[in-house]
Amino acid sequence: MIQVKGLSKDYGSRVAIEDLNFNAKRGEILGFLGPNGAGKTTTMRILAGYMPPSEGKATVAGFDVVEESMEVRKRVGYLPENVPLYGDMTVYDYLKFMADLRQIEEREERIYEAIETVGLEERAFSYIGKLSKGLRQRAGLAQALLHEPDVLILDEPTIGLDPAQIIEFRKLIQNIGKERTVMLSTHILSEAQQVCDRVLIINNGQIVVEDSPENLQARLAGAQQVALRVDGDDDGLDKVLNKVKGVTRVQREKDGSLVIETSSGKDVRPEMARAIIKAKYDLLEMRPVGMSLEDIFLELTRENAGPPELMDDQEYEEAE
Amino acid sequence: MSKIWTIARREYKQYFTSPAAYAVAAMILLIIGLIFVSEVSSGIDSFGQYVPDVINIIFPISFLFLFAIPAITMHVFSEETNSGTIELLLTAPIRDWEVVIGKWLGAFLFMLTIIGTTWVYPIALNYMIDPGIDQGVLLSGYLGLAFVAGVFVAIGVTISTFFSSQVASFITTMGVFIVMWWLIPIPARLGGTAWAELMNYLDFNSHFAATLAIGTIALSDIVYFVSVITFALLVGTVSLETRRWR
Repeated sequence: MIQVKGLSKDYGSRVAIEDLNFNAKRGEILGFLGPNGAGKTTTMRILAGYMPPSEGKATVAGFDVVEESMEVRKRVGYLPENVPLYGDMTVYDYLKFMADLRQIEEREERIYEAIETVGLEERAFSYIGKLSKGLRQRAGLAQALLHEPDVLILDEPTIGLDPAQIIEFRKLIQNIGKERTVMLSTHILSEAQQVCDRVLIINNGQIVVEDSPENLQARLAGAQQVALRVDGDDDGLDKVLNKVKGVTRVQREKDGSLVIETSSGKDVRPEMARAIIKAKYDLLEMRPVGMSLEDIFLELTRENAGPPELMDDQEYEEAE
Repeated sequence: MSKIWTIARREYKQYFTSPAAYAVAAMILLIIGLIFVSEVSSGIDSFGQYVPDVINIIFPISFLFLFAIPAITMHVFSEETNSGTIELLLTAPIRDWEVVIGKWLGAFLFMLTIIGTTWVYPIALNYMIDPGIDQGVLLSGYLGLAFVAGVFVAIGVTISTFFSSQVASFITTMGVFIVMWWLIPIPARLGGTAWAELMNYLDFNSHFAATLAIGTIALSDIVYFVSVITFALLVGTVSLETRRWR
């Protein structure tokens, strides 16, 4: 459904994306992960026909995004990050406007279907300007679904939603993704893990990792962090900690706590605790630190953007 | 065509929810109303010597366009850019030129609506004086107003594609109108050279104030207005297209 080959885009001297290659099949939910400014929005805009790439080729449903832009636009439902809504229109009028622009036959039917899918029945005749952020997001999604597109491109669809809405939104996307190709961007790792069949991690305009969420999780378990708070912390403590097998790095935070990075999937906590006590320090606190996406990027990009080594099965089980 | 109409209809309807549009309509109707009252009273006072003339209503309306039309067109693309809805239009299966023409048509129709409401004054004038006003001048004058509005709206819509700030659009549009209204006629009046001839052709008052407003309808004037509108909208389309490359 989506094929991207050697896609690059620069804004003058600033390179937004560089030589991207990926595919997405029908019925697949593709997650696009990356920090702000990684090039997610640029890629999605190119696929939606908003702007042409500087180099490379992209096809959506078999049509070139530059040469056959109109055909692509007919088949793509696009929800930009900054949800494009007219505050002076009601949800119904807004959808009617879009349906007319897209020249949809059976207009009324499609409008009500879209409203029902996103659960806006009760607010269909409310002015969009008066809706809450979550409801606006739904109105935007209804617009993207209106013409039953083959490909749905959603740029940070859950941003600004409350937790309950996020859960609902994810269910909705999973349902939609059964028949259509969905490409969604996010910077919340857990979201991608829950919803997507496949995840692309992009950083500085390049794909760092492409894998299923399950495999990705396994990879990430390979590098764990433990936060420590120790009374009487001094240089001697570093030596003690570094002697513990599996510790790769000791780092001091501003608040006086220590962050220990461990390499293998092995849990170093019991041994580390014993070592600290044995060296006559008082251990006040010890807790594992969940890796944030930023940490993962650091991890993934540290070795020349190469993916970290996969653990073998035995290590994986131990880590679990 | 139906896509252009969809855009135009939304644009037109939007003015009826916009305070700026109401302010503009109120300003035009109020000022023209005051001019009408002074016209009628002065016409009756100096009875026998002076007869109220529709040109004294038509010409002030065209002058008010200088301020009214920038206020009407400033939001057209600037607001879409600012709120991000431009992304919706540029990813819908509609060509850029269709968007530009649709937007122009919507704003133009709204201006025609305002111009239309000023008809009450000449009509009233017609019943107040004997033997009534010159109907031919009234028709050609209003035709001229429609063309001038068409040109100004086209320029305003095009300028609004350059800016995401409505204030910047407003000021630039008014600046361009002032150049067209007062500065181009200066070299044109000098006469003689080819340069002055060109300026004279470009000066739209030579196609409005000197002709349509006083009752002369010539094909060359209509060609002039239509080609200026076309050119302005072409620039607007190119501007919208280059936005994709920025």
